[in-house]
Amino acid sequence: MGSAFDEMGEGPQLRAAYAEIARWLEATPPEALAAKRAEAEYLFRKVGITFAVYGEGGDPERLIPFDIIPRILARAEWERLAAGLSQRVRALNAFLADAYGPQEILKAGRIPAALVTGNEQFRPEMQGFAPPGGVYTHIAGIDLVRTGPDEFYVLEDNCRTPSGVSYMLENREAMLRLFPRLFAAHRIAPVNRYPEELLATLKAAAPPKAGPEPTVVILTPGHFNSAYYEHCFLADEMGVEVVEGADLFVENDVVMMRTTAGPKRVDVIYRRIDDDYLDPEVFNPDSMLGVPGLMRAYRAGNVALANAPGCGIADDKAVYPYVPEMIRFFLGEEPLLNNVPTFLCEREEERAHVLANLDTLVVKLAQGSGGYGMLIGPHATAAQREEFRDRILAQPAHYIAQPTLALSTVPTLVEAGIAPRHVDLRPFILSTKDSVRIVPGGLTRVALREGSLVVNSSQGGGTKDTWVLDDAPSAQSQGQSQSQGFVSC
Amino acid sequence: MLSRTADSLFWLGRYTERAANVARGLNVAWRMDGLGTGEEWERLLVACGCLPGFTGTHGAVTPEAAVDYLVRDPSNPSGILSCFAAARSNGRQVRTALTVDMWSALNESWSQLRNVSDEEFQGERLPGFIDRVRERVLLFSGAAQDTMLRGEAWLFLRLGTALERADNTARLLDVRHDLLGNATPGTAEYAQWQAILQSASALRSYHWVYRDRLDPAKIAELLILRPELPRSLMACHARVLEALDAIAAGQGGRRGECHRLSGEITAALRYGRLPDIMEGGLHEWLTRMIGRTAELGGAIEDFYIRGE
Repeated sequence: MGSAFDEMGEGPQLRAAYAEIARWLEATPPEALAAKRAEAEYLFRKVGITFAVYGEGGDPERLIPFDIIPRILARAEWERLAAGLSQRVRALNAFLADAYGPQEILKAGRIPAALVTGNEQFRPEMQGFAPPGGVYTHIAGIDLVRTGPDEFYVLEDNCRTPSGVSYMLENREAMLRLFPRLFAAHRIAPVNRYPEELLATLKAAAPPKAGPEPTVVILTPGHFNSAYYEHCFLADEMGVEVVEGADLFVENDVVMMRTTAGPKRVDVIYRRIDDDYLDPEVFNPDSMLGVPGLMRAYRAGNVALANAPGCGIADDKAVYPYVPEMIRFFLGEEPLLNNVPTFLCEREEERAHVLANLDTLVVKLAQGSGGYGMLIGPHATAAQREEFRDRILAQPAHYIAQPTLALSTVPTLVEAGIAPRHVDLRPFILSTKDSVRIVPGGLTRVALREGSLVVNSSQGGGTKDTWVLDDAPSAQSQGQSQSQGFVSC
Repeated sequence: MLSRTADSLFWLGRYTERAANVARGLNVAWRMDGLGTGEEWERLLVACGCLPGFTGTHGAVTPEAAVDYLVRDPSNPSGILSCFAAARSNGRQVRTALTVDMWSALNESWSQLRNVSDEEFQGERLPGFIDRVRERVLLFSGAAQDTMLRGEAWLFLRLGTALERADNTARLLDVRHDLLGNATPGTAEYAQWQAILQSASALRSYHWVYRDRLDPAKIAELLILRPELPRSLMACHARVLEALDAIAAGQGGRRGECHRLSGEITAALRYGRLPDIMEGGLHEWLTRMIGRTAELGGAIEDFYIRGE
């Protein structure tokens, strides 16, 4: 695996963006850092920023560990990423519109049709109908990893209901409170306009039938959901209601919410529940979380859903290898961001390669998330590798494999002091029919265990504040806006 | 506002108030127990509406068992810890309707109290524990008072608090109703009268209002009819009506049975006279009042929560 690229570096290799942080770490005694960390934990606990883990015993409301040493990207690095992210999400939206519409890319043979139309995440209910504005994934989270100064890879796309943005915002709040002087010493692009941008994105998604001031709500599965805090946080920041399925009902194909002043019409639903649970009339009939008749109202053009149902075909790990093809096909551009080379176990030749190299590869479930059901070859025991060999042979289509990347590291405060730990980055990309917006930065997740490459919060990962650093004064430091439209198909 | 949000705020108000009421009741029972008047714990269980549940699980009433049931026992929905857990759970479900200060007060209270051990509230430690509980509730109420936007959320919270308090005052008067009909001032009676006033945090207020020695008729008048005592039935119901009127005004005058019922109860208290109340029997009058307060709670839920 080789030694990992450290984003700060040291000695003559100290990277410019980290110069001030290096000085600060040098000058601050370990006890002072430990005290700040305790203060940060107190802040998070006090505000109630927890995520729920049920069924594992212990305290069900846990804090995601927060590391006080920021992760820094120089403005130039960020601009390159932002352009690549914007391009990728435009292509993913174009792909979704095509897959549920004319299916040109399948007809052209650029993506195997079976992979799309035979996918468990393919929703026939979405065919023959275009959502308002033609946008499918209004809010996307694209996970990036880095292996060198200029080497970034897209690890996976999240086009359904990506979470974590509240941590991006709260981490910044905590840092501002803990280290005001560090902020004075840097020019850091602010992230606090995200809720405003999100609300603008959701309003723009409203169906034409809605008035000029559409009513937006967030639909949550409820307070047992691990991201419930985030749902409430975003609702609060945007000044919209956070509703549960039982708060909504459909009458004459119009969605209404129950209020103290009687029923009120709802125009846009930022839904944070999975497709399967949205509408028991159409999807899982046992769902208690959804709203019966919601899909009827949606197809009648009386309500918008963000994200649209059926986006799972775009972020499936077996579809992932074809995203560069989507960019070429729909945008006529070369991809700005690289994919990690991926082997599909479904294909005989690639499967043979995977089985022969289990000790160096990472094997993942094509549809898994949260870091579960994953084999990290170099760190696995012989028994674990054998177990995965059997699993792959039993259900080859369920698995993909990738080389084990030497993920970059960032200095992190751990028990033994300051040590390098592996990180990834999830920026959040907001799309409307004529713009793509990205708040600079995103959520940096850090694998706190030494040598661990798994950054998921359910697997012992933590988070860091992510700084996009302006080296030169700039008038425009917030947001990124592009007015390129989607390619219509 | 979402009906579910209003419901949670209403119950958040009720549960925080209930926790403080049980704490106040425990304080009085503990003092009275020290005076050796007996029966205090049973009276308290009755006043909190907890006697049936207690007898079902604990049998004989001992101080330790009563304290345990009213503080810790998770099977008692009106116990102090249950109230805090329910209040926090309601708060968590409407996180966006609370200010950060309110949530912190609620969350912090819960994390402080959730793992409390017997040694921290039994015997000599009880008064200290009760003080903590009361302080936590006061902190929450103060946070609400100082930081909450004066919209519907605030009104539903107040509505719950006021209704719970009205119910509590009626109940604590009722468990000692016999003592208020009796004017012979023996030592035991005098202590009981003091206890009634202390349960409503009204002993000092009595002296300021009447500047006279304790008298059962005046005590009843203070706790039932005097608008200046914040825990009197008059004051509590006036607040309920005020909140209901304000909610209606914010919705363009939309009203229902709960508004009528609240107006009727408040009018009876505002224009009622003590001799008339006593004439038909205080217990009978209080029983009717407790029933109507429950009916009002139901009418509020019918109109605003269930939308009937």
